Amino acid sequence: MKHLVILGAGTAGTMMANHLSHELKKADWKISIIDEKEEHHYQPGYLFLPFDIYTPDDIIKSIEEFIPKHASLVKGKIDKVEPKENKVKMADGSELNYDILIVATGAKIAPEETEGMKGSEWHKSVFDFYTFEGSLALRNKLRNWEGGKLVVHITEMPIKCPVAPLEFAFLADSFFKHKHMRDKVEITYVTPLSGAFTKPKATEALEHLLEEKHIKIESDFAIEHVDNEKKEIVDYGGRVIPFDILVTVPTNKGDEVMERSGMGDDLNYVPTNKATLQSKEYANVFVLGDASNIPASKAGSVAHFEAEILTENILRYIKGEPLKEEFDGHANCFIETGNGKALLIDFNYTHEPVEGSFPFPGIGPLKLLKESRMNHLGKLAFRWIYWNVLLKGTHIPFVSATMSEAGKKYN
Amino acid sequence: MEKVIAGKTIAVNEEGYLTDFKQWDKSIADELAAEAEISLSPRHWEVLNYLQTEFKNEVPLSIRKIGKSGVVDIKEFYQLFPKAPLKTATKIAGIPKPASCI
Repeated sequence: MKHLVILGAGTAGTMMANHLSHELKKADWKISIIDEKEEHHYQPGYLFLPFDIYTPDDIIKSIEEFIPKHASLVKGKIDKVEPKENKVKMADGSELNYDILIVATGAKIAPEETEGMKGSEWHKSVFDFYTFEGSLALRNKLRNWEGGKLVVHITEMPIKCPVAPLEFAFLADSFFKHKHMRDKVEITYVTPLSGAFTKPKATEALEHLLEEKHIKIESDFAIEHVDNEKKEIVDYGGRVIPFDILVTVPTNKGDEVMERSGMGDDLNYVPTNKATLQSKEYANVFVLGDASNIPASKAGSVAHFEAEILTENILRYIKGEPLKEEFDGHANCFIETGNGKALLIDFNYTHEPVEGSFPFPGIGPLKLLKESRMNHLGKLAFRWIYWNVLLKGTHIPFVSATMSEAGKKYN
Repeated sequence: MEKVIAGKTIAVNEEGYLTDFKQWDKSIADELAAEAEISLSPRHWEVLNYLQTEFKNEVPLSIRKIGKSGVVDIKEFYQLFPKAPLKTATKIAGIPKPASCI
């Protein structure tokens, strides 16, 4: 009997376990999925927790609930992978031999990469919202905060969900308006990019929204350190931005397991073929989700589209057929803009987000790159879809894994 | 688009980056540097040569990588090419603006 091992039972790994448990013959293949955690978190919910829109219960379920019956969940810490030996070594000394390995170990924040970030003010006036702990600490702080300078900051790219910090700034604007204290809060959005986003058309639309909401933007800011005493962030060029609350997105890195295994790049991301999702170094290793170095967004929607294509490629690999070079970098993201509205963007490696309708060309009901109430309802509905459809590997009707150009306004 | 730089007609994109590295020479670098109010010292040239080598080897450039390159640390990189050093330096080096990750 052959063995397929999945590292990580997050969004990407869980989806692969579900897809493959339908596709692989039980008599021929054993599927194992390894994770040291007990809980599966709906990570997009970390954005809503600080504003009391979601409660912890909305975000947390058990990992086990989403693992298919025919896959075995191995709970434990991975020491390292020995890809040349086709072996995973666990911290407790046990070993798993594999025929095929899927790396889905994700990405996480590394505040220690920036001097002073994880200093005396960490989770007191310097917060992240990319962890449950950070997001919860921020919620508790915002509940009683009386106002001042709120700085929303990105350390360096790439980060998970590159639109999340913008959404945070928009939701903060809306939150303080509802608390009748918007005039007491100065919101500044600080980014290492030259503008609000990485793609020109979306940047234009988003900068317009920032202006409308009186959110100041400070671009091209490459942080050197956080000064905990003066409560300032300082960049390499000597620019200084003071804060009362700093909400930062620290450097994101792949898992240390990849570093220990010698499989990662300088940020622990695994070099991966961007069209087939096969590891560049080892033919029987495949990578999806945030763990890979492909130039696509690090987002759940990307992992979802990747999972559909990777499932097909793993079946081809098993049959000895050439892999399909099909993944196009497709990403589909709701952007909360506050006041019960949201934008939707749909893009891939070669096509930037533009205006149009989605998923039905010319009809919608969702509008691309335009604020609407319907988009916001879509975002809220997505939590249900995530738990009940997405993780189970069920195809989402009318949304294809590769991007459709129909119904979009390209020049 | 085309632009006359140092008396030569050069192909550039909307942001002024050269689209054909073969058209680059040192006089172009000097003039693009002057536009950014930088006068190129031997130290600048070490960094520019490094960037061009990385570009030829198809290594994606980032501030982080340059800081770890051993050629220049980030602090000095900012002193040499103030404000947005990677964008300015790549423009002067005649190579594409590094694609910031999406």
